[in-house]
Amino acid sequence: MLTFVARRLLATIPVLAIVAIFVFLMLRLTPGDPAAVIAGDYANSQQIAEIRAKLGLDEPLVTQFFIWAGRGLQGDFGESFFFKRTVAELILQRVEPTLALAVCTIVLAVLIAVPLGVIAAHRHGGWIDRIVMGFSVLGFSVPVFVVGYLLIYVFAIQLSWVPVQGYRSPVDGLGDFFQRIILPSCTLAVIYIALIARITRASVIEVLGEDYIRTARAKGLTERTVLMRHALRNAAVPIVTVIGIGIALLIGGVVVTESVYNIPGLGRLTVDAVLARDYPVIQAVILMFSFVYVLINLVIDLAYSFFDPRIRY
Amino acid sequence: MTAQTDEQVDIAAAAAAAARKPGIFRRMGRSQSVIIGAALVGVMLLIAIFAPWLDTIDPAQIDPTYRNRKPGVERMITLPGGEQVRHVYWMGTDSLGRDIYSRVIYGARISMVVGVTVAAISVVVGLFIGLISGYIRWLDGVIMRVMDGLMAIPGILLAIGLVSLWGAGLFTVILAIVVPEIPRVVRLVRSVVLSVREEPYVEAAISVGTPTPLILVRHIMPQTMAPIIVQATFICASAILVEAILSFLGIGIPPETPTWGNIMAEGRVLFRIHPHNIMYPGVFLAVTVLAINMLGDGLRDTLDPRMSKRI
Repeated sequence: MLTFVARRLLATIPVLAIVAIFVFLMLRLTPGDPAAVIAGDYANSQQIAEIRAKLGLDEPLVTQFFIWAGRGLQGDFGESFFFKRTVAELILQRVEPTLALAVCTIVLAVLIAVPLGVIAAHRHGGWIDRIVMGFSVLGFSVPVFVVGYLLIYVFAIQLSWVPVQGYRSPVDGLGDFFQRIILPSCTLAVIYIALIARITRASVIEVLGEDYIRTARAKGLTERTVLMRHALRNAAVPIVTVIGIGIALLIGGVVVTESVYNIPGLGRLTVDAVLARDYPVIQAVILMFSFVYVLINLVIDLAYSFFDPRIRY
Repeated sequence: MTAQTDEQVDIAAAAAAAARKPGIFRRMGRSQSVIIGAALVGVMLLIAIFAPWLDTIDPAQIDPTYRNRKPGVERMITLPGGEQVRHVYWMGTDSLGRDIYSRVIYGARISMVVGVTVAAISVVVGLFIGLISGYIRWLDGVIMRVMDGLMAIPGILLAIGLVSLWGAGLFTVILAIVVPEIPRVVRLVRSVVLSVREEPYVEAAISVGTPTPLILVRHIMPQTMAPIIVQATFICASAILVEAILSFLGIGIPPETPTWGNIMAEGRVLFRIHPHNIMYPGVFLAVTVLAINMLGDGLRDTLDPRMSKRI
């Protein structure tokens, strides 16, 4: 068990290292002087020279990487040339809205998708199943921003139930917070629901064919107990896995959703940084999101071995 | 090799194809989602190809006197040739007075080009790397670690990062969408190669001294085709979506080019008054992606039943 955890942790290191190398090379292998690129369009030659000295751009590429990575490990990602503050500060400031949006979305998606998937599996081949599967294909196909604007049009403009855009911190009042976070969460949840419902359905269908399900039914348990306690529990591993893998979709969706709803989170920061060609910020955001993605999946992997005694490594 | 054996091989291949083909096509023909998906994709392709003849006008033509009109208005316009015609603005005009209908119709071209090109390039590159990685053991570890790293970066984010470095444009957008797709193809191809490489017919080919490239191309590659075709349709769908997202965020194809994402980006400003500026291209985009996904789902069920889970 401990060796498994240790091995799994060790296996994560090369992945993170390659992500870091890739993000590093992305900028360095672009034609042109990286210092000039980082400094932005309005920098003078003295500023460019300063950046070159600071990043050690005259050193060999390998040395440069270690300078960059070493600073990154200490949380120093340089300075944003657009926002005029350190990248770390900027990111910290923007974490909260994104985190709130992500958590609300995941909770909402799991609460809707898992029951949908279980019902679809239970009524395998019936019309509920067809509707759920149809919705799932649709959910993959309708772009996030179209869903977003559709919801805004119906619920914010036509019905005026919620404000159109914006964000309030939960610290300043939960009512205002939920009023503004509900539409973005629903928007972002669509594709996630599609993904989770599909996998839930597939894995529950598979489990429902097992002998112990027949036994459970034979001993007279209600269908509800059979589904929730016997089937869903044993189908949990692929479902939890896909929730973890789906984080990548979620991160992509965050960028779009935050732009549609004008939420000052990391997604908006990414777009603003790209529009302003603010490379230190772009680099840091990509790196951070990727690390979060890898680490979440690492945690999920490790969680299996705790929760599912059948899994032995 | 003599002509006769060549002929025999051809006959054998034709016989095998004859034995196989009708089955597969008949099964595909029975699949509802293949029929509906393929029909819709066909319609979109026709729209893209025949865009200039579908009662459209120049999609880039700006008319400051005719901005933000409701769908369905009509008026006389002067064609570049000087003749006067009555033109109906089926979807209204945008805030620069351009005909949204024409832009949406022409937008189908960009989406189709992006979808098909991205799918083609990622399949070719991914197939090449995947074959090598699966068959040449000592390269496998290195290649797969790099692919794992690449896959750890969320796709849209990677595309956004690449576009921001390479600059906006059709070609850079296509490349930026290709890069995150490659590791997925590589993994798929590699897994097929790993299962096929131990087959007796591959061993037989090795034992008669067939050169490795020939084994890969002639004996192993054909086995990867079914899953790759399925994967290519999904890549095509997701590429169209990602292109629209990039354009929508204002970091994709330059705004004067009529793409569905650009039309929607332009419509954001006046969304409260003119929601149709976003909804028309949105519907086209959603239907196209839905059609391709349905086609992919149907193809997967007929061509490759094992690959029933898709992520």
